Amino acid sequence: MTVLSTRDKLAILSDAAKYDASCASSGAAKRNSLKSGGIGSTEGSGICHSYAPDGRCISLLKILLTNFCIYDCSYCINRSSSNVKRARFSIEEVVRLTLEFYKRNYIEGLFLSSGVIRSPDETMGEMVEIARRLRVDEKFGGYIHLKTIPECAPELLEQAGLYADRLSINVELPTDEGVKRLAPEKRPETIRLSMAKLRAKIEEKAEPTLKTKKRQRFAPGGQSTQMIVGADATNDAEILGASARLYGSYQLRRVYYSAFSPIPDASSALPLMKPPLMREHRLYQADWLMRFYGFDRHEIVAGRQDGMLDLEIDPKLSWALANRGAFPVDVNRAPREMLLRVPGFGTRAVQKMLDMRRFRRLRLEDVGRLCQSIAKVRPFIVAEGWSPGGTTDAQHLRARLIGRPTQLSLF
Amino acid sequence: MIVLHATTLQTVHLSSQTDFPAWRDAARRLATNDIPPADIVWNVGESDDLFADDASLPEVAPQVALNVPREFIDRAEAVICHSDPARFALLYRILVRLRADPNLLKIASDPDVMKLNEMEKAVRRDIHKMRAFVRFVEIGEGEDARYAAWFEPDHFIVERNAPFFVRRFTGMKWAILTPKGTAEWDGESLTIGPPASKADAPAADATEDLWLTYFTNIFNPARLKVKAMQAEMPKKYWKNLPEAALIPDLIRGADRAAREMIERMPTLPAPHHAKVQEKYWSAKEATAAPEAPAGSLDEARRQAEGCRRCPLWRDATQTVFGEGPHDARIVFVGEQPGDREDIAGKPFVGPAGKVFNDVLDEAGIDRRITYVTNAVKHFKFEPRGKRRIHFKPNVVEVLACRWWVEQELGLIQPDLAVALGATAALSLLGRAIPVTKLRGEVLTRDDGLRVFITIHPSFILRISERADAEAERTRFVEDMVAVRKLMAA
Repeated sequence: MTVLSTRDKLAILSDAAKYDASCASSGAAKRNSLKSGGIGSTEGSGICHSYAPDGRCISLLKILLTNFCIYDCSYCINRSSSNVKRARFSIEEVVRLTLEFYKRNYIEGLFLSSGVIRSPDETMGEMVEIARRLRVDEKFGGYIHLKTIPECAPELLEQAGLYADRLSINVELPTDEGVKRLAPEKRPETIRLSMAKLRAKIEEKAEPTLKTKKRQRFAPGGQSTQMIVGADATNDAEILGASARLYGSYQLRRVYYSAFSPIPDASSALPLMKPPLMREHRLYQADWLMRFYGFDRHEIVAGRQDGMLDLEIDPKLSWALANRGAFPVDVNRAPREMLLRVPGFGTRAVQKMLDMRRFRRLRLEDVGRLCQSIAKVRPFIVAEGWSPGGTTDAQHLRARLIGRPTQLSLF
Repeated sequence: MIVLHATTLQTVHLSSQTDFPAWRDAARRLATNDIPPADIVWNVGESDDLFADDASLPEVAPQVALNVPREFIDRAEAVICHSDPARFALLYRILVRLRADPNLLKIASDPDVMKLNEMEKAVRRDIHKMRAFVRFVEIGEGEDARYAAWFEPDHFIVERNAPFFVRRFTGMKWAILTPKGTAEWDGESLTIGPPASKADAPAADATEDLWLTYFTNIFNPARLKVKAMQAEMPKKYWKNLPEAALIPDLIRGADRAAREMIERMPTLPAPHHAKVQEKYWSAKEATAAPEAPAGSLDEARRQAEGCRRCPLWRDATQTVFGEGPHDARIVFVGEQPGDREDIAGKPFVGPAGKVFNDVLDEAGIDRRITYVTNAVKHFKFEPRGKRRIHFKPNVVEVLACRWWVEQELGLIQPDLAVALGATAALSLLGRAIPVTKLRGEVLTRDDGLRVFITIHPSFILRISERADAEAERTRFVEDMVAVRKLMAA
């Protein structure tokens, strides 16, 4: 077997990691290197240091420790039956790459994941050791995200939380049946249990200790997960149900949706098609509506016969068109919750309006200056000197708002 | 002929583009003397305006209050970094207007405020993009390693942004060169210097090649979204980003690469696959749900882990089985696990469990000698944001779960069972009974097991009136005292 250079390994092991959607470097505790004299800082919101032509942010060095794997999940390029080239980084190589990239300001930190080799504990042990070396030996203050292996020992999980900013475990697919079919060796019960353990640990460590009254550091960026969309027949209603359950049960910071992407050397169990990017986009919008706009998951898909979100218009507009009785909303009097339901109003615009209307009444021009497109908003609001009259209930409102026929796919 | 008006223009000289203290000092002098915005010329460096009165500015007028919101000062400090020469005048105009209208900044649609917001946003974005797109190149090695970067900001942000790089790259010696000034950190102190030129900046280093390798391979050609990329990484930055040179080729090749990914036929499994399967996955687990009762509590607990007798397992984390000595003389049966129990996998560890423990303690019952379980072993809930709202299990679910409760009772053979609430009573007696009416009574089952009826401790937690809750709790303690006496009997 030929010896691979670090460059060869990097090519293989970053290619193997690109199907993971998350690259977030936010939510970490504030930290800098002024005291330690090392390198690295996290100041709340993350920074995207570059963008690939797929529009995804490159914030972290996202790599696999190895793409050798004993699991055979059909959606994964690294499954054991795949003929993909295999490689394995040494601990030292990952530490050096992270530091060298960080020093050049290419990245915010490391997102380390791995195929499972031999045993979950052995693989997780090496990942934890990389995090430990970075934090302790190298005084590295940048962001570290570790993808934890569900079956690993609790002590390893505990150590991982000590060094990492964020831990994540992928649920892989929205339903247990999907996991059973496409990832036969994975156990959804174990994945859930691991997320429960993580939540319990995060909550336990958030309490000040009795002796020192200090909080111990444990994954300050919380936990997140990812599910693949479009690899099985689960509809959007079920996906949003799964997300709502995950947010509620395990206090996740984020659920990532990853449009199933064809992979080289694909398994025959899977659809061979371009990834459903628009569907993924709509799911993120719906996810935002649940988390920041006070929408219940049932409302979002109510009235959609097939349980799928409308691809043509965003889910908030879709809801508004289906619930016209709730409109128009008076921007000078409506409570925040109702303003948040107006299509075209973001959380910031709503806050600005609330601030402003304490001092003067809002006219349509005022609203126009605070939001992206007044044309989209107009039919749904009442402002000083403005009433939409019959347009709110007009039959052709949907067609009018969409305007010219739009492309459905993002390609 | 041009007629000059009698008004004298006041000229302010700021020593640098971002000289906020001088702007503030001048603004204070001018505003307290009611000099209108139109009569002021703001200059950076030497004066070249012939019509402006170069004499010194008026003193701050005594006894004139000039109060502005703290927010304005913070924002003005950011906006002064903007490259628009009109920013000094805008800030002064807003300052003057704030005296009459202290809430002006809240009027987000006011043209001056909009302009302020816009400038502030532009500066913030420029600062953010500098943090993102500065690319250091290493010069020298080992102890002598130093790092330098060339960056072209839109605004005068180098000084404002430099502390960020100090906090982040404390352990490195570095310099950031820009056409609007330089920042240099020698490991101990920060120096802000004059503008530099691109020729002063070093070319690529060896690690850059690895970065390009990474950039190429992390890109998924099946998800090409060029517009999304350019929205966040506008072309104006590309010339100083080494990876940007790769973008045109990646875009051009994407369609073919994606098509190849899709078209390539699935191949035969890799050679090592069979061996991996054999070594790690040959021992298949028994998955079928057992139809026969278990021989021991431990076996029943194991079997219950995979219970599919009702659909509640789908949303819950795990089966929460009973806990306690296998020869306990008393068994407490609750309703179902809650949020805490679902996470911990143990019964009665949440808020209701705490009430329960305290009450047992007061009544003189040692929880360690009791067996505690629930009528339903999975948590039934509805997610609401970050919380899970408890849902009462229905009759079908309760009856399905009796399979386990009856095995627990059969294997323990207690003298007494305590039904905590209606769901527990339904499970233990197989029929709905009015708990409030029968509270404190002992019913005997066909198999001879005595069942004491009382409320569920969570009932006490739901009473909002404190005195009522206290009274209810006292009654519950009395119930437990009665239970203790029954245990002794």
